[in-house]
Amino acid sequence: MSDISSLHRSLVAGVLEGEGRASPAIRRAAFDNEGLEEPLGQFVEKVAHNARLVTDADIGTLKKDGLSEDQIFEIVVCAAIGQATRQYENALAALTAAAEGS
Amino acid sequence: MRLAILDHGHGIRAKAMFALIRVFSGHPVVDAVKLALYRPSFYRAGGLTHEAMRGPSEWSVADRELMAAYVSKVNETEFCIAAHTATSALAYDDGAKVSATLADLETAPIPEPLRATLRMLGKLARENHLEADDMRRVLASGVSAQQIRDALAVAFAFNVTDRLADVFGFSVDDRAAISAGAKYLLARGYR
Repeated sequence: MSDISSLHRSLVAGVLEGEGRASPAIRRAAFDNEGLEEPLGQFVEKVAHNARLVTDADIGTLKKDGLSEDQIFEIVVCAAIGQATRQYENALAALTAAAEGS
Repeated sequence: MRLAILDHGHGIRAKAMFALIRVFSGHPVVDAVKLALYRPSFYRAGGLTHEAMRGPSEWSVADRELMAAYVSKVNETEFCIAAHTATSALAYDDGAKVSATLADLETAPIPEPLRATLRMLGKLARENHLEADDMRRVLASGVSAQQIRDALAVAFAFNVTDRLADVFGFSVDDRAAISAGAKYLLARGYR
């Protein structure tokens, strides 16, 4: 049986706690999709819930706000992993609840 | 891609790898590979994706590639739809089955346990939330709890990758390169 639990923990730890150009606080906020100032807050919400609608202009806005491409890269990665983690953990909890008959 | 660093910011080893890929495949390097080789000390998902897609499971490789294609269809991520439709079609040796599943899950010629699992993965991708009843329906179709966990691992990998592909703007212009990539994924996996 495949088991990604330890690989998932390593992936999350790497992007939140590893060496990066964006601050750990910004990366954590992007992962959680909360507590970010604009324009970053709206951008991260878009990555989490409407990634297909992100445009060149969205990236341009972040650059004009002073973010480097590497910082944007890290923020996007954290936001994507954060939302996918919430989906994954919610689904595992639903499976546990189904197995326990609740 | 939308970030120039993902096209041109790689280190010398990655650039050498790109040159080898171009020579031996006869195609440009696809954007998924450029992402995978950009700052792997920060973001390295290949091991997790390989475990989900090629690790031990009661689902076949073809089934898991179809799950990747289906999740990507729900997420509307053109690059990943193309790549994993091609890989699944190769793995099944049945492109019609894959096309039919992506066109209409409810009428596709696939086993009910796989259909129920894809339905559940689609709801998770679309709505971000599942209830115990959603899982009970999958279990009632004959899918084991472990198979559900394995399918959720595939969905996690592609709910990450789809978002990155969309935000970074992976190109879908070179379909021949994507097809060559599908052959590589089937032969070598994701690491």
